[in-house]
Amino acid sequence: MEHTSSYEPKSSFAKWWDDRLPVARLMHGQFVDFPTPRNLNYLWTFGGILTFCLAAQIVTGIVLAMHYQPSAHEAFNSVEAIRRDVNYGWMIRNFHAVGASMFFIAVYIHIFRGLYYGSYKAPREVLWIIGVIIFLVMMATAFMGYALPWGQMSFWGVTVITNLFSSLNEIIPGVGTAVVEWLWGGYSVSGTTLNRFFSLHYLLPFVLAGLVILHIWALHVAGQNNPTGLDIKTKADAVPMYPYAVAKDAVGMFAFLLLFAWFVFFLPDYLGHADNYIEANPLVTPPHIVPEWYFLPFYAILRAIPSKLGGVTAMFAAIAVLVFVPWLDTSRVRSAKYRPLYKWFFWLLVISCLGLGYLGAKPPEGAYVIWSRIFTVYYFVHFLLVMPIIGLIETPKPLPKSISASVLPSGGGGAPHGAAAAPETR
Amino acid sequence: MASEVEDPDRRDFLVIAGNAFVAVGAAATLWPFVAQMNPDAGAQALASVEIDLSPVKEGQAITAMWRGKPIIIRNRTPDEIKAAEAVPLADLPDQSARNDLLPESTPATDQNRVKEGKDNWLIMVGICTHLGCIPKGQAMGDTKGDFGGWFCPCHGSHYDTSGRIRKGPAPRNLEVPPYEFVSDTKIKIG
Amino acid sequence: MRLMKNASLATLAFMIGAALASSGQAADGGHAHIERQTWSFGGFTGQYDQAQLQRGFQIYKDSCAFCHGLKRVRFRNLAEPGGPQFPEDAVKALAQSWPNKVTDGPDDQGKMFEREPKPFDPILGPYKNDNEARASQNGALPPDLSLIAKARNVEYTGTWWAHPFSMLRDIATSYQEGGPDYIYALLTGYEEPPADFTLAEGMQYNKAFPGHQIAMPPPIAKDSFIKYQDGSGSMEQNARDIAAFLAWAGDPSLNTRKATGWLVMLYLLVTTLLLYAGKRVIWSKIPH
Repeated sequence: MEHTSSYEPKSSFAKWWDDRLPVARLMHGQFVDFPTPRNLNYLWTFGGILTFCLAAQIVTGIVLAMHYQPSAHEAFNSVEAIRRDVNYGWMIRNFHAVGASMFFIAVYIHIFRGLYYGSYKAPREVLWIIGVIIFLVMMATAFMGYALPWGQMSFWGVTVITNLFSSLNEIIPGVGTAVVEWLWGGYSVSGTTLNRFFSLHYLLPFVLAGLVILHIWALHVAGQNNPTGLDIKTKADAVPMYPYAVAKDAVGMFAFLLLFAWFVFFLPDYLGHADNYIEANPLVTPPHIVPEWYFLPFYAILRAIPSKLGGVTAMFAAIAVLVFVPWLDTSRVRSAKYRPLYKWFFWLLVISCLGLGYLGAKPPEGAYVIWSRIFTVYYFVHFLLVMPIIGLIETPKPLPKSISASVLPSGGGGAPHGAAAAPETR
Repeated sequence: MASEVEDPDRRDFLVIAGNAFVAVGAAATLWPFVAQMNPDAGAQALASVEIDLSPVKEGQAITAMWRGKPIIIRNRTPDEIKAAEAVPLADLPDQSARNDLLPESTPATDQNRVKEGKDNWLIMVGICTHLGCIPKGQAMGDTKGDFGGWFCPCHGSHYDTSGRIRKGPAPRNLEVPPYEFVSDTKIKIG
Repeated sequence: MRLMKNASLATLAFMIGAALASSGQAADGGHAHIERQTWSFGGFTGQYDQAQLQRGFQIYKDSCAFCHGLKRVRFRNLAEPGGPQFPEDAVKALAQSWPNKVTDGPDDQGKMFEREPKPFDPILGPYKNDNEARASQNGALPPDLSLIAKARNVEYTGTWWAHPFSMLRDIATSYQEGGPDYIYALLTGYEEPPADFTLAEGMQYNKAFPGHQIAMPPPIAKDSFIKYQDGSGSMEQNARDIAAFLAWAGDPSLNTRKATGWLVMLYLLVTTLLLYAGKRVIWSKIPH
């Protein structure tokens, strides 16, 4: 993966600067010359899309904070003023609210892409773990952001989720209550809670930005994975990031923006909940409290377990288990493309997650609970049993000799039989 | 193969067109983010206020609010009016009446800064034209400066009984906002 | 390509598996099926019908306003484009003659006083606060109507396996009119309770209302509705017009939003295609 930047300062000032702070040299080396596998498909454009999502959320969020008032009395009114009176306020507010959902759509595709192609395996363990941390911080940020409009769902979502910590009472009596009151800054969710959530909601995106830089750094140390899961061995396996990967990323991003804009302009409220257009009322709980869609799988896991502490533990474990995936997967082959058996289990995991998402929005009763439990069990079985066992017993399909052999007809000469099944990049 | 990799024809029309479209889109997207800082519809709608003048006795002054700015309203005594009318135009640093309803070239006579027949009522935006402080002179006990009008304590600008700058760093006379008498004792500003 | 095939296979497998596994449906808490109406502002091309919004406002003024406020809408909004767009003078006069006054002050004596609303003031209901409203409405609170069309939605009541398809269809056709659909169903949904249904005292039976017991007496009925200026009118027409007006009250930027949306979609589509063509040009220079 060694490569040097081909950056050459064009003016004497650029040269003077380059001798002192070679930032342009660094960027040129990392984002222009950087060797990317030549067989990346469009699923690899989601890294760039996610960077865009974070930047867009920060920009629209800073603008909204210019008009938003983080107090229990004025929060809802100020959001309405943004919708009705602020110039282009409706557009920027829709962009931010829909943007959160788009961010999660992209991150889920990104995560499952990583799981399918084994992007977490050595030497990318740290890259993967930073990704899990990013996911966690993203969820915290989104959760606090959803509190800010101070509608009914905001208020009761905060109440229910912060109350999760009261399950600590089952370990040491009193601790849970103390933690919850510390989170609230009172004896119930109030304007004080809203203020601290606003402060943290403003802070965490910048923490995210820092984590993203580490994530990209780790990626550029190990190099990108690719659909074959093979390492870049020769120069022929890679193309420079600019213009090849960049051109592809741009197409992916604009295609994604089409979906994004469709929701911003034509379905701004589809992904939200109608109850959040009712101002928060601490005396009335809405009939169905549902979190935002991107939390639904975890919410379903929480409710699948018939014990408070157990549910909370399972929910956090569902994320924590991801950290250990690099070591739980015992396969010597990265990409599921060459893993005929594991592939099926991968799709079973996808179905479980989709199923959990659907069930998370349903009332916890009857068949819904049974199916939540089945899917929850599979979720953990997949990581804790399927991954280690299949890796040991499965015979992978023969791998192509190299990345270039998998895409270039004449690339590596006599490609093994398995390579014929390898997909083209397009 | 290396030469093929390193020599893509970047001047291709489609590539240039695509880049141009992205650039135009990015530029157009900037506008809402700039425009959102302008006064919103709520602020624009508050642009006019009505003020009842009946409680203001001769020689008294009140301060009202219009668009978040203090509005100086003084019921001037005949002496003050006479003093203001007697000032030769040549003595004035700023020759313009600074009346929002009159062209800028209107000379800064006292008549041009009040309504005809209502020349006891002097109505101005109470913001020093130097750096935006609020001049003293409204309350009875206030120092009114060397010319009996208003005095800005920030940097020492003196205004006369017609609100015209006479001495100090302020470049212009106090601004007369657009207003009209909707009845004998009621004005509407804005 | 392969991945796509896998994904669609998985979806299919999910559908079939789920259908086979279909077991007892969980009971739904009294949600009635709500018919979807045709709205001028519905879907991705819809815009408000100015005449309908004007009629709708008349119904608000002559019926709803006796109990319900509309505090997030200002009188000035009624004159703005994309809404009923009454002439400015008419709005000014309307504000002045509005029965519910604005509390302002304190005056020079330190007292609060009531004054006639001005165009920049909110359209207030008759009650100063929720407690006063409850006190005079037998404990029931007539909600402010500014956001009612946004704050209500229609629950999906079909079979569970068709739900994903229903969602995809709604996304593709940009269905956002659950609120107005519900309001229409509610206003036309008053009827005699079924024989085995016990109504609490002072409550009405309404087939669209969750739980079917509503405190609001029918504001319009088959034989008692608001007549428009041209003398026409019916209960259904009233319900449709007020629902449209309330949709506007909750989402006054809809017209601009959709018009801008089309420009944005067009731009993005052209740019995506151009970028794709450009990408092919760039990649065509190397074997891949």
